[in-house]
Amino acid sequence: MRFSVRKLSTRRRHRFAGPLVLLLGLVLAGGVYAALAPSPATAEQDTAREVEAGRQLFEIGCASCHGLNAEGIETQRGGNFGPSLIGVGAAAVDFQVGTGRMPMAQTAPQAPRKKVAYDAEEIKQLAAFVASLGPGPAIPGDDYTDIDSASIEDVREGGEIFRTNCTACHNSVGAGGAMPNGKFAPDIRDVSPKHIAEAMITGPQQMPGFSDDIITPEEKRNVIAYVKTLKDSPSYGGLGGGSLGPVVDGVFAWFIGIGGLVVVAVWIGAHGTRVKKK
Amino acid sequence: MSTSTDTEYTPIENTPAGRKLGGPVGWLDDRLGLAGAAKKNLRKVFPEHWSFMLGEIALWSFVVLLISGVFLTLWFQPSMSEVEYHGPYTPLNGLEMSQAYQSTLKISFEIRGGLLIRQVHHWAAALFVAAMLAHMLRVFFTGAYRKPREINWLIGVGLLSMGMVEGFAGYSLPDDLLSGTGLRFVDGLIRSIPIVGSYIEFFLFGGEFPGNEIIPRLYMAHILLLPALLLGLIGAHMLLLVYHKHTQWPGPGRTNDNVVGYPMLPVYAAKAGGFFFVVFGFTALMGAFLQINPVWAYGPYNPSEVTAGSQPDWYMGFSEGLVRIMPNWESTFFGLTWSWNVFIPGVGGLGLIFTSLALWPFIERWITGDQREHHLLERPRNAPTRTALGVAAMTAYGVGWAAGGNDIIATKFHSDIFTITWIFRFGFFIFPVIAFIVTRRICIGLQRADANRILHGYETGVLERSPEGGYSERHAPLPVTTQYTLTAHDRLPALEAPPETDANGVAAPGGRKAKLRQRLREFYFANALDKPTTHDVEHALEHLGDHDGHPVELGDDFQGVSEAGIPRVH
Amino acid sequence: MSDLEVRSGHDEPIPNPGLQEHQYRPQDVDPKQARRTERQISAMFLVAAVLFVGFCAVYVFVDADETFLGWSAQNFGFGFTLGGALLLIGIGIIQWAKKLMGDHEIVEMRHSAASSAEDRTAVLADINAGLDESGIGRRPMIVRSLGVALGALGLPALFVLRDMGPLPYGHRNTVWKKGMRVVVDVTGEPIKPSDLRVGDLVNAEPAAFFETDDEGKPLFHGTELLQAKSKAAVIVVRMRPESIRPAKGRENWGIDGILAYSKICTHVGCPISLWEQQTHHLLCPCHQSTFDLADNGKVVFGPAHRPLPQLPLALDSEGYLIATRDFPEIVAPSYPRLAHDQKKLDEQA
Repeated sequence: MRFSVRKLSTRRRHRFAGPLVLLLGLVLAGGVYAALAPSPATAEQDTAREVEAGRQLFEIGCASCHGLNAEGIETQRGGNFGPSLIGVGAAAVDFQVGTGRMPMAQTAPQAPRKKVAYDAEEIKQLAAFVASLGPGPAIPGDDYTDIDSASIEDVREGGEIFRTNCTACHNSVGAGGAMPNGKFAPDIRDVSPKHIAEAMITGPQQMPGFSDDIITPEEKRNVIAYVKTLKDSPSYGGLGGGSLGPVVDGVFAWFIGIGGLVVVAVWIGAHGTRVKKK
Repeated sequence: MSTSTDTEYTPIENTPAGRKLGGPVGWLDDRLGLAGAAKKNLRKVFPEHWSFMLGEIALWSFVVLLISGVFLTLWFQPSMSEVEYHGPYTPLNGLEMSQAYQSTLKISFEIRGGLLIRQVHHWAAALFVAAMLAHMLRVFFTGAYRKPREINWLIGVGLLSMGMVEGFAGYSLPDDLLSGTGLRFVDGLIRSIPIVGSYIEFFLFGGEFPGNEIIPRLYMAHILLLPALLLGLIGAHMLLLVYHKHTQWPGPGRTNDNVVGYPMLPVYAAKAGGFFFVVFGFTALMGAFLQINPVWAYGPYNPSEVTAGSQPDWYMGFSEGLVRIMPNWESTFFGLTWSWNVFIPGVGGLGLIFTSLALWPFIERWITGDQREHHLLERPRNAPTRTALGVAAMTAYGVGWAAGGNDIIATKFHSDIFTITWIFRFGFFIFPVIAFIVTRRICIGLQRADANRILHGYETGVLERSPEGGYSERHAPLPVTTQYTLTAHDRLPALEAPPETDANGVAAPGGRKAKLRQRLREFYFANALDKPTTHDVEHALEHLGDHDGHPVELGDDFQGVSEAGIPRVH
Repeated sequence: MSDLEVRSGHDEPIPNPGLQEHQYRPQDVDPKQARRTERQISAMFLVAAVLFVGFCAVYVFVDADETFLGWSAQNFGFGFTLGGALLLIGIGIIQWAKKLMGDHEIVEMRHSAASSAEDRTAVLADINAGLDESGIGRRPMIVRSLGVALGALGLPALFVLRDMGPLPYGHRNTVWKKGMRVVVDVTGEPIKPSDLRVGDLVNAEPAAFFETDDEGKPLFHGTELLQAKSKAAVIVVRMRPESIRPAKGRENWGIDGILAYSKICTHVGCPISLWEQQTHHLLCPCHQSTFDLADNGKVVFGPAHRPLPQLPLALDSEGYLIATRDFPEIVAPSYPRLAHDQKKLDEQA
């Protein structure tokens, strides 16, 4: 397309000409600034800002149970309103707050998963604050969560580790199980790989921890890959009844099987329409 | 076949049907002489009621089990030798497992239709035991086990117990984690048998648990020994049913000495044959829509692994529950360990059920002294103590069942598993007593309602105002058929105790046993209502009219009453 | 005793009204309705036939990895066609019986279950004749010696079963020995105390399960591995040392709050690893037996009677966890000679 300068200049008094030039000027200025502006603040300065922001969030939302310095608040009988968080690490905060368990809305035998109260940025800040109090597990990276990189052997090994360490509480497909005194091992099928890894590392509430020396990061990734493989596999035989095992099986057999067949039996024996004549 | 009296009588051999059939029937009879037996049975009459088909569900599911089972045996390998898996189910690729487990995976993922047949087999097994249980309850609550059917009842109890064992053997064959855990439980159960426990354990497993022998041995029991016994007992059960003829509900035209219903050929054969296809179709549809335990997700059996929510199949749930709620009693004497915590609920629980089931007809006969043949069924309300005992037994069974799933209850309803266990511990004894009392009162209440309706008719919904201004509802008499049906049961026997000593002061023979029997009789017939006498009925008829003694007039839109005596609305 | 017989049969307040008049169905009186019903039933049979062919189509054309509604398409296709067809055949036959076949009620008389009195007498006479001619009553020596022979017949039947299995052995011991390393299950890695933080749990096995012989074959595999595992599996937990209340003589069985217990429940043998790190309770998923691992494995709830056996730990020269000996208490479910065997074990130690 040929561009004629003459054509452009004949339009210089067009009513859109002014705003267009202004827009051009702004874009140019912004672009030059972005290209030539000084580099943003260093990592340390960022972290320090994060920690401070986290401390402020902590003071408002967490200190009432965990203490102003996260040292924990103990009761007279030796229990606590909130345990000490010194040394639990960023991973624990990311898990507890990221799954909505914390802040806990009311006392209960176990903090249930619920609506997440903070956004991702705030969770990062809280995690940075708690991490600054004492060395603890960091938020797991790709070596724990990149399940697509797991090979077939890895998934198989993950299954062996899962069935040896996890199914006793969480059941064969991760659907969950009962624990004493109103506690329970939750359903983990819809939990993100990052949160599963964090739970394994930190051992939240009654769950034991599995350190990286016992189950390595790669092995943890294999376990998560196995759980997600099971979740993504079709339920081959049909409705699974929540994957809760033989109890549901029995309910199906009685209600659907015997119930349905009794309905048919009643139909077989029923009199049916009769006419008055003849 | 009805022949009209208008036309000439044609001998059957000369009719078109007779000519066609004459050849084959003659050929068979010349060699087998079956005409005599066939004559009695071809048009045998069977009464019609839906509750009579529960046993049929069990029978047809057994046939489905045989058919699907043969299919499975074409591929299943009953061996515990280790192999490495390299099949299409990749999460287990490279894993060491038994051949039994591997062949189960092969049937599920590599044999087309294999998974469906496995699921059909499982659902048919569940239906088999469930239908036997439902059928047994029907027979119990209607009194159909009374003379002359006590032996058939015993055969039935045998069928139920063997069916449960057969099912257990079957679901242990795939050697997956869940059923292997069940076998571990059985291992502990056998160990708890006093004195000889570990000997039986080592003989059964061929060595230390799990050993090499248990799967092949269970396989033999599952496809050879138990099916043969089951088939034999089913045959005997059916033979007795045909000989005694089926019981029937009381009704117009029905007496203790006849059977009213439809002939085997063609109606009953069609209905029963059709029902077989329905049961088969049902199990196949269940196999299409409902997944059975996913053995591929459980993994092969490994004694260091276990899954939460470990339960046996539902028919073992009662036993499982009792084992869970049993207190942890174990004692040591004579240098031996006596594991009451496992033995009493495990072996004792099942033993108690089957023994009391087997003995009940004879116990009831001893209490009531009833020696007659009974072919008419009793409505449960007319035997209040028997019905209440049955409901109490069901309640105890139900407590065991629910206790077997106490961890599922805790998970699903967010409650404490220890509290649930304690509730069941006490409930096992308390709930049946409450159920007994409540059920008996309900039965007697229903008897009263029946007597009311017979004597005073049913409420028509038509209100009448007397000259003095009071309102009352008109009652109309029940149709005769309904009245008869409601009174077609036994009278209560006299309950006076025989004299303890005769005129000369000689004590009656039997002594304490007779006294116990008398007390049980009084308990058995306590408070039950007797049916109205002829005098009662005549007396009531006099009062059935309106206030002026005129018979009740019913409007033109009166549509009569249903069989249960409830007025029909348009 | 038979006052029932006296009372019954008398005083029936309502006499039996007899069989009621037969009522006809629409198909009996209206040939058009009958034909319509016929067509309905035939249609069901024909659809069933089509479905059976559909089953074969699924067999040939549907792949194993195709899914339908999140289920296996093959399985659903097979089940739906087969089940639907069978159901339709069944419903069709039953409809035929209900609507079109003759449905007049028929009365058949019952006979007493008992045979006639003459037959009974004849049987008694026959049996008597048989017994008489055999002379059983007059020859007690034959009868008794026959009884002995038949009783002895049971002996070979019993003896032949003797080789079903060996006599019980090995209940007392497991593969654990002095100096054997405790390794992580599945991976076989040895464990250092620094690998565990307070609240951690390890599902572990004896190192022997991961060792090979000179030819590179595993020491334990197949059935022997499963048999050994069913007694030797352990769990290792780390608690705060001040929470632990060791029994007398067990003070040095742990390392810095690290304790090892048998993983096999003493109730009926399920493996346990439901560990609550804050209450120190270990719950078995099978029947909910609960053990307090801070208190020597004592039973705090549930049907298990014996406490969970503890494995004494030490460190080897490289700092890895090892067992100092086999379990001092017998592992796995109770059996009759348990008390006797435990006494023997105590004497050996």
